Amino acid sequence: MTDEAPLLEASGVEKRFGAVVALEAAALTIRRGEIVALMGANGAGKSTFVKILTGALRADGGHVRIRGADRVVGSPAEARKSGLVPVYQEPSLIPDLDVTDNLRLGGTDAAKFTRWMSELGFTEMDLAAQVATLPLATLRIIDLARALASEPDVLLLDEMTAALPTDLVEAVLRVVQQQAEAGRSVIYISHRFAEIAQVCQRAVVLRDGATVGEVPIEAGAEERIVEMMLGEAIKPGETAAQRATPAPKGAPRVAVKGLGATGKLTDVSFALHPGEVLGVVALEGQGQDELFEVLAGARKPDRGVIEVEGTARRFNHPADAIRAGLSFVPGNRADALAMQQSVRDNLALPFSARARAWGPINMRREGEAVARTIERLQIDTRAQGEVGRLSGGNQQKVTIGRWLAHGCDTLLLFDPTRGIDVRTKRQIYPLVRELAEGGASVLFYSSELEEIQLACDRCIVIFNGRVVDSMPAAEADEPRLMRAAYGLTGSAA
Amino acid sequence: MKALRKHGWITGLAVILALLFVATKLIQPTFGASGVESLARAALPFAFATVAQAVVVIAGGIDLSIASMMAVCSVTAAVLMEGNGGAASLGIVFLVLAMGAAMGALNGLLIVVTRVPDIVVTLAMLFVWEGVALLILNAPGGDAAEWMRGLIIGGLPIPGLGGVPRALVVLLIVVALVWVPIRRARVGLSIYAVGSDALAAFRSGVNVGRTRIVAYGLAGLFAAFGGLSLTLSTGIGEPIPGPYLLASVAAVVLGGVVLGGGKGGLLGPLIAVFILRLVRMDLTLLSVDPNVSAIIEGTIMVVVVMIGGLLAAKGKL
Repeated sequence: MTDEAPLLEASGVEKRFGAVVALEAAALTIRRGEIVALMGANGAGKSTFVKILTGALRADGGHVRIRGADRVVGSPAEARKSGLVPVYQEPSLIPDLDVTDNLRLGGTDAAKFTRWMSELGFTEMDLAAQVATLPLATLRIIDLARALASEPDVLLLDEMTAALPTDLVEAVLRVVQQQAEAGRSVIYISHRFAEIAQVCQRAVVLRDGATVGEVPIEAGAEERIVEMMLGEAIKPGETAAQRATPAPKGAPRVAVKGLGATGKLTDVSFALHPGEVLGVVALEGQGQDELFEVLAGARKPDRGVIEVEGTARRFNHPADAIRAGLSFVPGNRADALAMQQSVRDNLALPFSARARAWGPINMRREGEAVARTIERLQIDTRAQGEVGRLSGGNQQKVTIGRWLAHGCDTLLLFDPTRGIDVRTKRQIYPLVRELAEGGASVLFYSSELEEIQLACDRCIVIFNGRVVDSMPAAEADEPRLMRAAYGLTGSAA
Repeated sequence: MKALRKHGWITGLAVILALLFVATKLIQPTFGASGVESLARAALPFAFATVAQAVVVIAGGIDLSIASMMAVCSVTAAVLMEGNGGAASLGIVFLVLAMGAAMGALNGLLIVVTRVPDIVVTLAMLFVWEGVALLILNAPGGDAAEWMRGLIIGGLPIPGLGGVPRALVVLLIVVALVWVPIRRARVGLSIYAVGSDALAAFRSGVNVGRTRIVAYGLAGLFAAFGGLSLTLSTGIGEPIPGPYLLASVAAVVLGGVVLGGGKGGLLGPLIAVFILRLVRMDLTLLSVDPNVSAIIEGTIMVVVVMIGGLLAAKGKL
């Protein structure tokens, strides 16, 4: 078997975007039947590498060999002909077409597609549904099933599971394993070690655009991979137990009572105190989206009360929520940032966007606060000019950092670390803690259970639009959260 | 019922058109077959310009040079047909059509290769084609083959329907012959895909550049039909572009094609052309000041598109 030329072999791959070097020596080899994890911190160049391998981007240098032959993959269509099929981080479906037309566009066999969809748990997929109307998780699965239907020799999955609920993650991992058993190969990109440990044989680690090593997946591999990714040993984050925050006292800053809204929010109550980080745990689509939208003034509640500093408030518009001191950081970074503006301008946005800030902006005060924040955030400033060019993790730091610069009363963080690497995550938790220590109240929805202990003081669990459990973060271990999130503690509590 | 909902916009436009015919009949009781015939003939160049624009807009672009391309085609046909009235004129028609498609494809090629925004490229080409038209013929003139003029003038007696305007028949046949096969094929799908989300289309394996060139080429082809219809209905070539550019954009928008691309079809814009022509005719019949009627036309457009947007937001369309 080792005599056979590798299915895919890339070496010395380089890519520059203007002054920014995205890749300088990326390398990877994959043989038949292998599942290889491609790992690296955000901005390490994983997505760029995948795009080059699959023809969505042109490399500036390096070699790509497919089955032993030197190749330049010119376009995704060419890559597919060579058996390389990607599922990119962002859905690649045409929003205005229905599923059938999307399949026809890429020349995908509808029968095979349907078979893979049912394999992935979507037994009754409506092929006439317009793509724009489907939820994100379904789109990811459609993307995957479409890729599988073309029977790729090498399947490249870029953060496939980031936006998926747990049961779909399981289905994806099962299918990935089947691929390998059928003698096909998969390149698997994810930040989640648990998934990688479950399916991958080895991990190729990228750091700052270069492949720095390969680690077989075995016990203790996680530490080595993280070390390689970061180029240094990192200390594990401080957990809630070590922090030992005192129980909240005094009047809550925000009290939510019996809140319900059209859609999935039925009846949610909680109190959020100054200086506290309150975690929100929920499976996909349990009403957390609606809860945050209502608190941010973007959706009107049907019933219930929101009290801020003891006064009941009605938000008819996001401006009302902002005036009441509630700042929302959406899960989609693109919604929160002016992508073509500089880091500086983005950080300064709350200074000029305040309702009362008529007249000239106090440039000196703003400048100082922003400069301090950039320093504090450790943002890679190679791409200072445009936020759109920063990596996802750095963009997220900007969305949170602007409130650090400006100060805020209540911060609503919706899954701030989705799709972000370990290093950046561990820079974000202290930011959140710092905001809380400065007196802010933070509501922190997270799709990753371990974050509750790492960043929060208390947490509530929402299931089916209701709060089903609440506990101090120190007690919020993953099994307990998991049971509650699946609605299994309702009777016990 | 489901089909009705799916084509709600077109149904709405058809109802508006029917009401306008009734209104016209009330304003001018003598309005009949000959009125419809002259309306269809006057609308023909507008309709081709609109179809041309619609294809490009669906592909996510815009073509400001359509009226100028029509002028080039119109004068080329008029000059060549002078003294070539017989069978040769058929060859001239195909030559002009090929020329139109080539001009459009050149627009597309420039946009794809230079990466200059479409609005800039086609604005520049608006001037270029305008100059070319004047070089070919510096004042209205030339000729049109008589037998060919007969194809679009007058009515076609169809049992049960009376005299259907020949111009309308020609329009529907041309659009159906060109567009239906394309719409059914992968290239048509690609045009919609590129207009909807060019990046996703690229990642789905669509050749985005080639699709854009095809879309502009089709626009050039329809513009050539428009230019030919001008020459045939007036009998001469006209080197100065008529008011077809903005009228085409107006009808495209009113016809339910989203300016961002990816949504809509050709039927809606075609109905919209007739709505806009009829409104103008009615206002003239009511002897409304032409300046006021321009204001009314603009208002109608905004109101109709706005109502459509509101209905769509409520999920009724």
